[in-house]
Amino acid sequence: MAVHKRTYHRYAGELTPPWSRFLIVSRYASERALSSRAFIVFFVLCFFYPLGCALALYINHNPRLLAMFETSSFFAVDARFFFHFLSAQGMMAFVLTALVGPGLVSPDLTNHALPLYFCRPFSRAEYVLGKLFVLLSLLSLVTWIPGELLFLIQSSLVGATWMWANLWMAGSIFIGSAIQILVFSLLALALSAWIKRKLAAGAALLGVFFFGAGFGQAINAVLRTKNGSLIDLANLIAGVESQLFRQYTLKPIAIPADWAWLVLLAVSAFCLLLLEKKVKAYEVVRG
Amino acid sequence: MAAIIELDGLGVTLGGRKILEDLKCSLSGRAIGLLGPNGAGKSTLINTLLGFYPVAAGTARVFGYDIRTGMKQIRALAGYMPESECFIAHMTAVSFVRLMAELSGLPSEAALERAHEALFYVGLGEARYRLLGTYSLGMKQLAKLAQAIAHGPSLLILDEPTNGLDPPARQRMIRLIREMRDTRDLHILLCSHLLRDVEETCEEVLILKDGHQVHYANLEEERKANRQFLELETVGGDGAFVDAVERLDCECAISDRAFPAPAISAPAIPDQVIPTQEGIHSAATSAPVIPAPAGIHPNGSVRRLKMILGQDFALRDLYRLAEEHGVQIRRLNYRRDSLEDIFLKAMENRNGRP
Repeated sequence: MAVHKRTYHRYAGELTPPWSRFLIVSRYASERALSSRAFIVFFVLCFFYPLGCALALYINHNPRLLAMFETSSFFAVDARFFFHFLSAQGMMAFVLTALVGPGLVSPDLTNHALPLYFCRPFSRAEYVLGKLFVLLSLLSLVTWIPGELLFLIQSSLVGATWMWANLWMAGSIFIGSAIQILVFSLLALALSAWIKRKLAAGAALLGVFFFGAGFGQAINAVLRTKNGSLIDLANLIAGVESQLFRQYTLKPIAIPADWAWLVLLAVSAFCLLLLEKKVKAYEVVRG
Repeated sequence: MAAIIELDGLGVTLGGRKILEDLKCSLSGRAIGLLGPNGAGKSTLINTLLGFYPVAAGTARVFGYDIRTGMKQIRALAGYMPESECFIAHMTAVSFVRLMAELSGLPSEAALERAHEALFYVGLGEARYRLLGTYSLGMKQLAKLAQAIAHGPSLLILDEPTNGLDPPARQRMIRLIREMRDTRDLHILLCSHLLRDVEETCEEVLILKDGHQVHYANLEEERKANRQFLELETVGGDGAFVDAVERLDCECAISDRAFPAPAISAPAIPDQVIPTQEGIHSAATSAPVIPAPAGIHPNGSVRRLKMILGQDFALRDLYRLAEEHGVQIRRLNYRRDSLEDIFLKAMENRNGRP
């Protein structure tokens, strides 16, 4: 290493392709997240349920065990199974988001580091994408990727006929997870960008979901309406997923699923707007 | 020399307020100073050149790239050291500089190597594995400089680089800036309200006031031009001396002050006048003090002359004339307009326009 070169000289080597630079931000943010022991422990915990489900699928198709208990199957592997799987993993994904998300943008804002990012050939969109990519990849690992793997395991155990007949469930797993991931990630990033303290941003994320749910219920009770559920994000996500998995009897909210889609999209768009307002080199103070 | 930065009627409006208005100039020096009092718009200009603020009117070009259309290219060529504390506290200096170099496009390995080199270069080699949050203010300034140069920019933009530095740290920073300027590998745009910093490092100066350009100066040329400027303090003699001096290819301006001469010195001889580094010559200090001869200074007042010297002026002739006219030269200063003079003149301009 040429640390002896104590004069200024230009760099004349190759450059990385511009499209790949958002991954640099993701890499550094992931390294930071992985340096937390609490995160590692929880991340490992997130795989317990998928592993248990995989084991259950195996047992469900083990002829010796089925013969021993004189049954054709222990449980039905259908849309309801995957709906419950996604709901459970959704909870884990939410906690994971609360652990990682607040620390993504707020430290850069606290340390006024954004001008250093944006004085380079690196745009604000790339910055947000880079930070978002950390959450997208982490949450994918605990939601749709294990979900699709379970679908494939079930298909391999039952046969191609089952797979073709239930292929729509694979799509539902992906789209349902994508909605969860997008809402969680954008909300976490937006809060991280607006609340400089990491802990406060984490608390705000929990507050948006839990107080939102409580407040929504209170509105419903006091005003004798169902519109309070529109601010209950967890229920909105569950409503969308219940539609995707055709679990209409499990529908947890009384508002139409189309409304839930619209509100979730509006929340995502609002989060992007918040990020657009805050993620910039310098803020202009008006007045 | 090709222009590094061209301002073409540049105007910037922020929060409904005009911050910069109609800036027009072409800067091509190796080290360009951006001077002005607080709130003059120096940092705004830098931030606009880096695309942080939108352009309201006109445009600017950096290395020929228009800031409205070629921002990616400009940013690829620039290194920026911001004024405020900008760092990532939980990172070590080497990781931080490496990250910044990677974002500028360097591959990971090359970025690491350059990060080490840059930190050694600025003098943080021994502290490069420490967390930035534990750095002193001076060290943070150096770390900011390291991240600005790690990717080898063509234009280094320094916004108040000596802010908060103690004198030795300031000297070190100035030395580094001068060294980089002299490598001829990059151009420097230094923004400061400290005249000394700019005077010690820059060749060209753009002075701003209230968002307007009030003066542009090529310091090198001004220094050369102002060598031919002389201030004299004399006692005795009459108008004939002035007439005689004007015949020496000089322009003279007189400012009489009617205060008694405290002591009388013999006319200084030219051999005793030694130029100093700043171009200031002083005869009075070297001249022996003798009692005042009767009748030489009828009014006893000190007369001050300002002379703009012609090409053929010889100092020896001035002393000869002084002797012939019975004039004592109490003080003789070669003066040039210092940056402070230039700055103060620019600031006197009330409406902020040249």
